[in-house]
Amino acid sequence: MAGIGSACLFAGLLTAVYAAGASLYGVRAGNAAFVISGRRAIYCLAALMLGATAVLQSAFLRSDFSYALVAEGSSTDTPTFYKVTAMWATQDGSLLLWALLLSLFASAVLFLTRRSLRGIAPYATAVLAIVAGFFLLLMVGWENPFGTLANPPAEGGGLNPLLRHPAMMIHPPMLYTGYVGFSIPFAFAVGALITRNTGADWIRATRRFALVAWTFLGTGIMLGALWSYTELGWGGYWAWDPVENASLMPWLVGTAFLHSIMVQEKRGMLKIWNVCLIIATFVLALLGTFLVRSGILDSIHAFGASTIGVQFLVFIALVVVGSTALVISRLPYLRSEARLDSLLSREAFFLLNNLVLVALCLVIFWGTFFPLISEAVTGTEASVGPPWFNRLTTPLALVLVLLMAIGPVVSWRRISPAGLLRAFMWPVLGALLTLLVALALTPAGERPLALLMSCFAALVLAVVVQEFWRGASARRTISGDPWPRALSRLVARNRRRYGGYIAHAGIVVLFLGVAGSSAFLEQRDVRLSPGDTFKSGGYDITYERATATLGEDRAGSGAPITFGAVLRARDEDGKTFTLRPSRNFYPTQDASKGAIGRFFEGEATSEVDVRWGLRRDLWTAIRPDISALEGPIREANAKFGNSSGDVQALVIAALAERYRRDPAPATFRAIVSPLVSWIWIGGGIVLLGALIAAWPSPEARLRRVRSLYSARLGRDLRAEPS
Amino acid sequence: MEYAVALIVLLCLVGLVVMRPLLAGAPESPDGGAREELEAAKEAKYREIRDAELDVQMGKLSKEDHRSIDRELRGEAIEILERLDRLDGRAPDS
Amino acid sequence: MDPSRKRTLRLVVALGAALILAGALIYTSFSASTEASTPSQVVASAEPGRSYELTGKVARQSVARDDDRLRFVIRDRDGKAAVPVSYEGVVPDPFREGREVIVSGEMKNGTFVAERDSLVTKCPSKFTKEQTVNRGT
Repeated sequence: MAGIGSACLFAGLLTAVYAAGASLYGVRAGNAAFVISGRRAIYCLAALMLGATAVLQSAFLRSDFSYALVAEGSSTDTPTFYKVTAMWATQDGSLLLWALLLSLFASAVLFLTRRSLRGIAPYATAVLAIVAGFFLLLMVGWENPFGTLANPPAEGGGLNPLLRHPAMMIHPPMLYTGYVGFSIPFAFAVGALITRNTGADWIRATRRFALVAWTFLGTGIMLGALWSYTELGWGGYWAWDPVENASLMPWLVGTAFLHSIMVQEKRGMLKIWNVCLIIATFVLALLGTFLVRSGILDSIHAFGASTIGVQFLVFIALVVVGSTALVISRLPYLRSEARLDSLLSREAFFLLNNLVLVALCLVIFWGTFFPLISEAVTGTEASVGPPWFNRLTTPLALVLVLLMAIGPVVSWRRISPAGLLRAFMWPVLGALLTLLVALALTPAGERPLALLMSCFAALVLAVVVQEFWRGASARRTISGDPWPRALSRLVARNRRRYGGYIAHAGIVVLFLGVAGSSAFLEQRDVRLSPGDTFKSGGYDITYERATATLGEDRAGSGAPITFGAVLRARDEDGKTFTLRPSRNFYPTQDASKGAIGRFFEGEATSEVDVRWGLRRDLWTAIRPDISALEGPIREANAKFGNSSGDVQALVIAALAERYRRDPAPATFRAIVSPLVSWIWIGGGIVLLGALIAAWPSPEARLRRVRSLYSARLGRDLRAEPS
Repeated sequence: MEYAVALIVLLCLVGLVVMRPLLAGAPESPDGGAREELEAAKEAKYREIRDAELDVQMGKLSKEDHRSIDRELRGEAIEILERLDRLDGRAPDS
Repeated sequence: MDPSRKRTLRLVVALGAALILAGALIYTSFSASTEASTPSQVVASAEPGRSYELTGKVARQSVARDDDRLRFVIRDRDGKAAVPVSYEGVVPDPFREGREVIVSGEMKNGTFVAERDSLVTKCPSKFTKEQTVNRGT
């Protein structure tokens, strides 16, 4: 079977090379048959990648440890769901996932544009084929996911327990879908540059793909944050970790791209800027994969040990140099069709928002690569921590929210002072009201930045509501529809615009959650014995009793032993509820720990328990102290080392029972963070808005009207899209 | 062995799919996809006109600006409609 | 003001803003960063009262709990120098003997006294997402 997988990869590499060659030859020689043939090669590539993935997945499901990848990342006791997803927890498997997603996306876009963009599409086909070819080359040459072991082990290493979390398993495919999705607009931008067809055609053809990619990437980032919050046992959702930053950077530049293409569509401006943004987004997406896979930021020394780091770096350099040269050679064709008339115009605000987003990306880039930069400059490896990131990104985020409030209501070309007043009177009043309410009812006054953020956020929300209201009332005056119908028709007819506004509202809700939870977080770390009580953020929390269970892991991650606690929490109003944080213990294959000891001294993960709430979350984690068991475990190792599995299970149960009866004081962490739920709610709202904006709008009914064109045009335009 | 056989089979399959248009010779549709391209352009143009209308209703585009933009957009739309009709083999409406 | 002068002015303002941002980046990052030191560097040249970020491997058989404090030894990658560490606070999940860790603190009487909750675990072998767990805020 592994041979078939490898064959799929090598055939895929040849197919990708053919696809690039045939489409380039076809378009150069004006031979449409070759262009079609190249497109079909991409479809074949998708089929081959599906085949390779199927082979690998079946190996994971069968726990066939003759595959090196399966032996490394799975085991017979790994739950089925995690067997399926273990593929992308490994380096080789994630390369295959990249290639699979890329070929599927490329097939979709080439199928959709098969009868249009005849000039650009063949070049885009070639670009996509080259990118896919690069990933296939990595797999064929260096990191074959179908590598086999001559002496397969009886049991695999198992999926890293930390990764056994539903969010973590959906997170990588989401991120990769986002990364891969941005290669589509990139490919068409390159095609547009090569053919000197630099109008908005390539943008119209691939805009939806960019939006879909952006949505997936954003969802992936949110899931990563959720994983961090509920699985990692430190209680935060964002740590400015290089891997997190790597996914945020393309998302930020992609956001800038989604905004600035509107300026090109409407006014024919910012053409150079747009191609640069999409090139940067794609390069950052590659860089994101590279950072995770090469370990370069771990340490410069780890980079040498990575098998594919150099190849990745060379490819990224080629993409950067090649696209820069292409942009420079096409500068004469990228001239603006219009000038910026006024700084108080929609165009100008789009540009400002772009600059802030790109500045944010630069800050994060600098901080992420600082260890390398400082090693190059000063010779010692130094790093900047989260406080540095927070200090630099907070002001930029504030400016961004302010721009989000102003941009949507400013008119194209220029806005008059009277128009400005008309547009902002109500939102500003709303924001001032929020300021007063926040000062009077909440402790926000102690934190000026959080207060400012809530003020700006109120401004944005008021602007969004006003936009909906004005749009709906404008529709009502024309059609006389009742309010709900006017509103739904308005959104249906202008999906992109109103979907965008909904996404704005979601983002500020998310920012509010971040501001509230980071400014007013209360964290306590305490060591307690059963019966002890402590206070945290308005709660009285009592450690009632210890728990020890076997094979009853709540999260279904397959942990055999779980130690935990029953906590009783009481809020200010006297309401009580129970929390059960616990810690899962996974066996290690390390024989030196002993037959019994290996169950206690392997990996362990915190299973936090959170009381979710709209106002605040109570987050708890436990770290049981099992050092008292060390002596008995040593004895058990000596006594029962060669006993049957059943006996060993009884011994383990007895040890667990011993902990439950007489637990040593355990360390607890309790965090009360206000508004943190709004981060997830805000993310959900953004997703909703993005879906509305990306949903294909129904085409206006085609009417064969035999009349004057202008009359027909009028009629077509009045016709409701159905 | 397994690898070699699989590779040959897969390459033959790919070859079969890829070679078909080369052997058939003729492109897929007689008008070379011009119709779809024009229909898409028409929809895009309609959307732009509607968008500009909404902008002027919401006060984001001055009346004068809208008049000139609208005239320009409608002109382009009419041109697309004419080309579509010509494709159908009909004389453009007069 | 005529359009071309206006454009130049805008360009100058934009470039100025970019320069200020770049300056802020460089200045703040170099002043806020902490150097990572290996045990051999700390043993050789630690000044009392200065804060270091110590990085290395947790030595085998060295982890012990002493009431609320955790004691362990950090070794160089090549195993030459070793520094005893005294730590208080939350221990991240992947903390194990033999793993790469980073901890901040200062040298006091031959022992590296770590700041509370500053222990970070690196796990280079598997999936890199777990590189820096427990950067408490």
